[in-house]
Amino acid sequence: MKETVIQIENLFAGYGLVPILENIHFDVFKSEIFIIIGGSGCGKSTLLKNMIGLLPPISGQVLIQGEDLCLAVGDDRNRILQKIGVAFQSGALFGSMTVLENILLPLKEFTRLPDTVMEDIAWMKLKLVGLEKSGFLMPAELSGGMKKRAALARAMALDPSIIFLDEPSAGLDPVTSAGMDNLVKDLASSLGITFVIVTHELASIDAIADRIIMLEKSAKGIIAQGTPEQMKTNTENPYVYNFFNRKIEKGEK
Amino acid sequence: MKPWTVSTHDGNTVLSLTGRLDAKSAALLLPEGLRVIEKARTPNLVLDLEAVDYIDTAGAAFLCLLENETGKKGIQNFSMVHLKSGFSTLVDMAKDIRQADFSAQRPEPLSFVENQGKSLLDALAETKEFITYTGEITLALFQSLLRPKKIRWADTFLVAERAGVDALPIVALISFIVGLVMAFQAAIPMRMFGAELYVANLIGIAMVRELGPLMTAIILAGRSASAFAAEIGTMRINEEIDALTVMGIDPVKFLIVPRIIAATFITPLLTLFSNLVGILGGAVVITSMGYPFISYYDQIASFVSWGDLTGGLVKCFVFGILIAAAGCIRGYQTESGPSAVGISTTRAVVTGIVLIAVFDGIFSIVYYSLGI
Repeated sequence: MKETVIQIENLFAGYGLVPILENIHFDVFKSEIFIIIGGSGCGKSTLLKNMIGLLPPISGQVLIQGEDLCLAVGDDRNRILQKIGVAFQSGALFGSMTVLENILLPLKEFTRLPDTVMEDIAWMKLKLVGLEKSGFLMPAELSGGMKKRAALARAMALDPSIIFLDEPSAGLDPVTSAGMDNLVKDLASSLGITFVIVTHELASIDAIADRIIMLEKSAKGIIAQGTPEQMKTNTENPYVYNFFNRKIEKGEK
Repeated sequence: MKPWTVSTHDGNTVLSLTGRLDAKSAALLLPEGLRVIEKARTPNLVLDLEAVDYIDTAGAAFLCLLENETGKKGIQNFSMVHLKSGFSTLVDMAKDIRQADFSAQRPEPLSFVENQGKSLLDALAETKEFITYTGEITLALFQSLLRPKKIRWADTFLVAERAGVDALPIVALISFIVGLVMAFQAAIPMRMFGAELYVANLIGIAMVRELGPLMTAIILAGRSASAFAAEIGTMRINEEIDALTVMGIDPVKFLIVPRIIAATFITPLLTLFSNLVGILGGAVVITSMGYPFISYYDQIASFVSWGDLTGGLVKCFVFGILIAAAGCIRGYQTESGPSAVGISTTRAVVTGIVLIAVFDGIFSIVYYSLGI
């Protein structure tokens, strides 16, 4: 039996009182790479915001390792938040700090280790994402791909068991994007980190996904879920079939 | 149960750890580990990790720190035993990191002389830029005035509404209070001479000639110059200005000219309003002292000339141009970076206020020598 790390139960999510997503149900298991996919405006980002506690659900529950982030306050909330790491789409690195200081920030805030140990940890994260030569650079000096990797390093700062990535390969060239995919795969297998990834890139889904859920705007929820293979051969729903097949065929030409 | 045990056998000090080695437990174990190293009587120290079932990067960094410390304390042999194979890559990586010297990468800070030189060059370049933009804006303004149909009037009116109509409450509040306080402060000493009514002359001349224009201009600098700088600065960062340029649309004409025209026309209007409200503020004090409003009015009407009013309005016509230009130029100069918009907004307000003060002085001298 696989260990469940995230449980979404009867989730109604949206802005204001009108839900964009209705009655969402799914589990994410330990060490898997879980992909959330869907067309523009289907609520992927809303779902992600609910999962990381930036947006409270209209109703329903999001449980991170059995605990509800939305109900937790103060130290409890911080404790749960330390189990997750989030890398935002644009990186969201703090522009006034060097890359190294960006990673040191959560360490200094939440651990009581000596400075040398914290710096070692930060350099290890940078090495893991291949940025060990860029620690003293400012975020403005990094390229798009480096920013995303630095954001991933910061998301890993406190060794969380779950990492959320918002569009990790959007706007990257194919080589960099493939590098990012490999990185995610390595981290998932070597450190046992669970990844929840919102993405559009079919190539990268093919390369790394363990399981996929697909959201759709008019259905206000999940229209299909399964492994990449299952999604590609899903003939019940033509939208899913087209989404996965036509684009992949185009991509292979 | 303690997560560690210390034992000695065969001339080895053995430190056995149990449980999880993460940031939290590493922080707890570190003082104990250092104490064991400090007190170790044997030349060999063995770290037994058999009972450790989880190590993350923080744990690995902690182990390497211990290893490092043993080297310093004269322990000859340090070894980690029973490390589970899954964690050895992390520990090896931590060792590499510990040995690597990253400080060489740290950029050299500039020396005092270099810093001074850099700021001088920056200041010169910036002044040059400021002058260039002033010229560009002047040119664009004249070109637009020659072909008024090309001016984006919809934008101009929108800016005029935001910078002008929306500013009425704050201008009213400040002017009213200035008029009221000034009248009150002046009335007290003037009462000793029975000359309270002449407070009207004071308020009238001060508001119309000086304070009305100055207050309005400073409020506009704080309210609108900053807004202009932030708007244009954000557009600069979002590459919207580059987009305009490659479309062949002159950003100066598109963005700056409407703002300057709007600010130039609303500043005198706001000043008129400010004069009126300031004088009303004075009226509150005078009427509360028992003088009828009409005598206050007559006193002002007979003392303040049309020349005073025109002089004040001409002045703030110029203030309007200065404020808008300062805001737009500072916004246009925005560089990239997270605090860039903040910096240009601040500089827009400072530049605006400095220019207002300088030009107010110039106007005073000119009016004085012209006898206005």
